[in-house]
Parts: sequence; structure tokens; C-alpha cells
Amino acid sequence: MARSAGWRRGLRDSAPLVLPTVAVGVTFGLLAAPVIGATAAVVMSAVVWSGTAQFAAVGVLGAGGGAVLAGASGLLANTRFVPMGFAIAASLSGPAPRRAAVGATVVDASFAIAHRGGGRFDAAALVGAMPLQYVAWLLGTAAGALGADVLGDPQRWGLDVLFPAFYLSLLIGELREDRRARLVAGCAAVIALALVPFTPAGVPVVAAAAAALIGLRERR
Amino acid sequence: MIWVLIGVLAVGTLVAKAIGPVLAGGRPLPARLAGVIALVAPALLAALVVIGAFSTQRGIVVDARALGLGAALAALLLRAPLVVALVAAAVVTALARLIV
Repeated sequence: MARSAGWRRGLRDSAPLVLPTVAVGVTFGLLAAPVIGATAAVVMSAVVWSGTAQFAAVGVLGAGGGAVLAGASGLLANTRFVPMGFAIAASLSGPAPRRAAVGATVVDASFAIAHRGGGRFDAAALVGAMPLQYVAWLLGTAAGALGADVLGDPQRWGLDVLFPAFYLSLLIGELREDRRARLVAGCAAVIALALVPFTPAGVPVVAAAAAALIGLRERR
Repeated sequence: MIWVLIGVLAVGTLVAKAIGPVLAGGRPLPARLAGVIALVAPALLAALVVIGAFSTQRGIVVDARALGLGAALAALLLRAPLVVALVAAAVVTALARLIV
């Protein structure tokens, strides 16, 4: 069956991404455990399953921001899944709950793996890419959260720089071959830094998202 | 409080991922809305990078993290794997703190 071939292909194509996913999971566990506790860090990875949102929320908490701002920046970080969901919608069949379930398996890696060119997606490959990604993310978080006690102060090992370094890797992907995204990123960085001295932690990141309003202008 | 936050993020993530597949049977978003949504990610990521690397609770600083971030940037521009870039960033930052 074509469907089971797609599933296997998704599973196979996601295998090389296990190591980087574990590494980022370990990073999240190491950084999150001192802030929210090891148990909460692992539960968060199990039920949220979105590195960007989790790093954003815990980063705000770690910087002294409140839970509301942490939630806001986590949710804002996830808005990028909305256009991804609309992008795959055309390739999904079946009733709405089924389409929603397939949509829930979307992460950056599975989105890239299931893309068949020209805006078409292989729904079976999308689902097939999920298990390894999910398990790698969960085990990585658990290992990092347990290792946090052994390692002690994350700053001593330079681990605090892993937050911005991880975002930078995602940002570079967004900026390649997109001039308008570069303009938006530059504006957002300036807004964020300008607000740091005057606002509570978390506010600069949420406010900087307003730079995306540049997208209201029609693309030429 | 942390459990409420986790619950909100879990539901919010699910909604963000599922709303497109549920609402659109292949219909595209209005162009302007799609344009804004597509740019939220770069805006947010840029802000998270500079806040994570150049701020403390007291204000803006340039410290060992800037060197580590520079190492990560160099590695990523050379198309090194993510793991290599992350390790380079942490090692450079830790070494800079040892030396200074």
C-alpha cells in the first residue's frame, strides 16, 4: 500500500535527525530543570512538544519574567505552525478530527521530510516521521533534566548561551533567501534591545513580534 | 502555576498545528494575514537571540555569551551540523569565562 510506504519513508528519513533532536532535548532539560524542576521539564516536553515554544517560555521564566509573559512568548513562538498547518491542509483527506490529528504531528523536521515539492505534502510520511522525533525529544529532555543536578550551575559550562545559539540556528534558516524576513528580524532585534532597560523580562520579546506587521505591506 | 502554563502551551500548540488542517480544505489564507504570520517567526527568533545573548536582569551587556554566539554563527554559516554549533557556543562561552 502507498500509505504504508509513505509511513516507512517518513520513519526512515527522520532517523538522521534523532541525534540533533536528542541534543536539543538535553539542552532544554539542562536549562529548564533549574528553573521549573525536572518533572515539569519532562512533562512539558511530553505534552507541548515544541522546542521553540518551550525554550521561549522557560527563557522568560529564567530571566525573571512572570508566567503570563512566559505563556505569551511561548504561544507567539508557535504561531509559525499556523501557516505550516494551512500549507499541509491541501494534502490532507478525511474528516476534520483526522486532519487535526495529522496536523498535530507537524514539527520542523517532519514538515521538511513530508514536503514533496510544489506545496504538496505526503501525509503518511508526516505521521511516520513522528515517533522517532517524539521519543528523541522526550529522552533528551529527561537525560538533560537528570544531568542538571550533576552538572550544577549551567553558566559554568557556558550552557546559558545554548538558548540564543539554538534560536540563531532556526533564525538563519528563516533568513536565507528572504530579504523581507531579514528586515523584520533586524527591526525586532532593535525593538527588543531598546526595551530591555525599561520593561519587565519577557515584554521585549513579545513586543518585538510587532515587527511582523511589516508583512501587511503587499509583497512586490 | 507552572502546570497551568504547561497546559496552556500544550493546548495552544495543538490549536496552532491543527487549525489549518481543520479549517482549510485546501483554501489558502488571505495574502496579508499569511504575510504577517510568516514573519512572526523571524521577528520572534531575532528578539530571542539578542535577549538571550545580550541582556541580564539589569540591562544590556556584552559578555562571554557574545563570543559563544559568534562561534555558533560561524559554525552555522559554514553549514556545520546543529550539534557542532551548539557545542562550539558552549565551549567558547565557558572558556571565555575561565580566562576573564
